[in-house]
Amino acid sequence: MASLKELRARIGSVKSTKKITSAMKMVAAAKLRRAQTRAEAARPYATAMRRMLSELGRSAKGQSGLPALLAGTGNDKVHLLVPMTSDRGLAGAFNANINRVTRNLVRRLQAEGKTVRLLPVGRKGHDYLTREFADLIVDHVHGSGGKEIPFSAAAELGEAITSRLGKGEFDVCTVIYNRFNNVMSQTPTELQLIPLAMPENDDAAVPDAPVYEFEPGEEDLLSRLLPRNLQVQLYATMLESAAGEQGARMTAMDSATRNAGKAIDRLTLTYNRTRQTNITNELIEIISGAQAV
Amino acid sequence: MPIEVEIVSPEKVLFSRAVDMAVMPGLEGDIAAMPDHAPMMLLLRGGVVELYQDGAVTDRFFVAGGFADLTATRCTILADQATVLSDLSVDAAQARLAALEASYEAADKMNVPALDLLMEKMQSARAEIEAAGGPAA
Repeated sequence: MASLKELRARIGSVKSTKKITSAMKMVAAAKLRRAQTRAEAARPYATAMRRMLSELGRSAKGQSGLPALLAGTGNDKVHLLVPMTSDRGLAGAFNANINRVTRNLVRRLQAEGKTVRLLPVGRKGHDYLTREFADLIVDHVHGSGGKEIPFSAAAELGEAITSRLGKGEFDVCTVIYNRFNNVMSQTPTELQLIPLAMPENDDAAVPDAPVYEFEPGEEDLLSRLLPRNLQVQLYATMLESAAGEQGARMTAMDSATRNAGKAIDRLTLTYNRTRQTNITNELIEIISGAQAV
Repeated sequence: MPIEVEIVSPEKVLFSRAVDMAVMPGLEGDIAAMPDHAPMMLLLRGGVVELYQDGAVTDRFFVAGGFADLTATRCTILADQATVLSDLSVDAAQARLAALEASYEAADKMNVPALDLLMEKMQSARAEIEAAGGPAA
């Protein structure tokens, strides 16, 4: 049985842990709200981009010599995986999920005889994958460290990926990120970016939809729109991942706070019982001493 | 009859309102979006978008290149970067132009697509200096 002094120290330490976890929960909640607002603000651009792409795709369909970003390299040998994790931990299974999905995907692709290359975004994924598949990592990008993500971060990553594609370093590019369902749940999702799955035209049902004019030509527009689209898609996944991180951390810290509360209750009970026992023992000693006289 | 104009940057919507006319800097010349315009998509160069209401300019935005999607009732401008004209800074744009010129000099002269891209960025930076009220290059 622990002594009273030890118990007091334990209670004190759990109490301060509880304070920390509950503060982290508050911070995550505030950051989550901001991340969600940003993700929503970025949506109109992505929507408009989709609309333009589907329009262009319709009129460019069936043409030969389409850019590799859209049509792929014609091969399916080398896969570039881009797992998106956070820079910081203490977010429940947020990063572990991505790492697990990435590991399984790498194993599956390797079993199929494909070459896999990795370009992890965020420190947690990089740390894990360096231990597991150090020789597959071609490069890595730091996450935002929990700060706001500027579009330029996505633009740089997009350019890096495009230039690797230009050098023929890979055939297929897939991003693995946490899709934000709601605060409580994020689903690890694989999203293939290259070759691009052409968005279905939303108003294809309209029979006499007006025919677009393009200036300059379709090919020029397409060759500009596609790299930009890649960046926008990356940006969207980064924002979702950032919102998911805060959501996951909030949930994790909420349950940590609750667990700390329970631990304090249990320890306090033990403490009081021990104190009571000590008093009873002392009384017994005094009384039996008095009777002996 | 007004036309719905939206100016969108990757990060947020900057402007969304119905106006009479929007003049934007197309890659091959300025284009005005008006109601019942034939649907078209165009590439934008760096320049100023002007929004007209009752024959007068109400708002001006600087866009550093991008795309525009015009239909009979709607005009969506997808800007790589968009700024209200009054927020532009001549000094910042000049510094950027100098950096671009340096990297143009240093760039591999055989790599034509990369040079074209740099050239376009320089053109956009010059347009920004001009729009911000600096000396025209």
